[in-house]
Amino acid sequence: MKVLVVDDEHDVRLLFEQKFRKEIKSGEMNFSFAYSGQEALDYLRKSDQGAVLILSDINMPGMSGLELLKKIREESPAPPPMVMMITAYGDQQNRDSAKQLGADDFLTKPVDFNELKTKLKSVV
Amino acid sequence: MNFELILAVIIAAYLRKSFQTKKEFPKWYNILSIIFYGGIVLLVLNITVGRWTSVTRWLGHALMLYLIYILFVEDVFKKAKSILIAIAPFVLLSLLKDVSALINITQFKVWKNLIDTALGFSVIWMFIMWIITNKQRKELEKERIKTKHEEEQKILVESMNDQLEIQVRERTKEITQQKEELEHTLDELKSAQAQLIQAEKMASLGQLTAGIAHEIQNPLNFVNNFSELNKEMLEELKDEIAKPAAQRDDGLGNELIADLISNSEKINYHGKRADNIVKSMLQHSRASSGTKELTDINALCDEYLRLAFHGTRAKDKSFNSGMESVFDPSLDAGDDGSGKIKIVPQDIGRVLLNLLTNAFYEVNEKRKKEIPGYQPMVKIKTRRCDNNVEIEVSDNGRGIPEEIRKKIFQPFFTTKPTGEGTGLGLSLSYDIINAHNGQISVTSVPGESTTFKIILPTS
Repeated sequence: MKVLVVDDEHDVRLLFEQKFRKEIKSGEMNFSFAYSGQEALDYLRKSDQGAVLILSDINMPGMSGLELLKKIREESPAPPPMVMMITAYGDQQNRDSAKQLGADDFLTKPVDFNELKTKLKSVV
Repeated sequence: MNFELILAVIIAAYLRKSFQTKKEFPKWYNILSIIFYGGIVLLVLNITVGRWTSVTRWLGHALMLYLIYILFVEDVFKKAKSILIAIAPFVLLSLLKDVSALINITQFKVWKNLIDTALGFSVIWMFIMWIITNKQRKELEKERIKTKHEEEQKILVESMNDQLEIQVRERTKEITQQKEELEHTLDELKSAQAQLIQAEKMASLGQLTAGIAHEIQNPLNFVNNFSELNKEMLEELKDEIAKPAAQRDDGLGNELIADLISNSEKINYHGKRADNIVKSMLQHSRASSGTKELTDINALCDEYLRLAFHGTRAKDKSFNSGMESVFDPSLDAGDDGSGKIKIVPQDIGRVLLNLLTNAFYEVNEKRKKEIPGYQPMVKIKTRRCDNNVEIEVSDNGRGIPEEIRKKIFQPFFTTKPTGEGTGLGLSLSYDIINAHNGQISVTSVPGESTTFKIILPTS
């Protein structure tokens, strides 16, 4: 399963690579990283690099996670990826906006990686 | 007619009046009055009772001699010496004539002619003296009037001086009172200013609370996640070590150890990051010590760029903006801290916070106009330039019209709606940069962009 992680914090990559070491080694999961909304959009627009699941932070400079979600839903790549929003602000307004824009799930920081792992495995 | 009696009456009347004897010398007033009225009575007797003529003549001589005596002896009549000189020849000659008649010398014609001629001259002398004295008297009178006028003027000037002094005293009292009131007002203003500065500081801190929370939350998340990961990896490593040597995966063991070390470094790094933000926040809320410290200006700019961004975003969820930082590597602290510059970090932090918050506010306001293709962008740039450091904060917001640009550093000037700005941010920033012997300037293209440039000496 191709997973695209979008977060302006570079150390997120390290966390995912260590937490999903076994899954990455076995080829069960393949992680890609983008550090801004625009970078993620550019990545997705390349037809051969579509992702099944996108994990995106909301609060990013430039294009926010919600704007990215909106654009993804507007451009509707095939097959439509599953999008999980992750944010430090777990308030209802953010949740409602994410849901309205077509988010499949919503996680608040600090991310419980065991819970995330379970969720990802259920998708797989 | 007894001419001496007439003269005695006139001189008595003159002395009595001229020397103001009634008021100044009552004794002489009485004596002169007796001579005056006595003389008149004798004159009447001289005219009406023919046989008293010789008596009144000799009494006339006596009165005149007495007058000559007092004019000669008494200091009171010193000023009337000219009368003495004028009448003395006539009085003495007249007396000599009567004495001569008494002892019958007048039978000698020559003597009689001599005395009559002398009497004639003494009358002329008296007349000349009268003219001279009268002239002198007039001059003296003129002089007296002049002196009196001068004295009156002097009194007037003195009275005006007194009045002026009273007015000066009253005015001085008023001014002193006003000065005290002004000093009191100044104290109150200083206190109000200090309160406003603190209020502005707390307002900017309040605006950023959410941003600060986010900035602390992120590193804390990393600390939590990396420490959890370490725990899992240690358990994995423990399991690996517990395996028989033949089944052990040494590669995995080494990989886990390398990750553990790396993660510990990350925990340390993010812990310090949160620590720095808390310290900055405390420094910002505290009164400035005013002490310059060696500071990593690039790190300070980066920190406040992020704080201002998240602070603005926390206020308006729809807000977003690009951020770009271009930092001069020669200003990085480096391992030996050589890139640091000497500033008061909390003060310069406040300036950066003000400029960056304003920049994000401006791009957000322009974004709300929904101009097609508009991408909000805020940039911060540092550059070492000889013995100075240049910091540029620019945005592609609405820009500042020229007429407003002149006023932006004035206290309480704000273009923000009521309640959104204190109008003190840029004014305080200006004061802070001045206190660092630096300069702050602004350039702007209305409708397109604004750039604030700060120049600070490095030491």
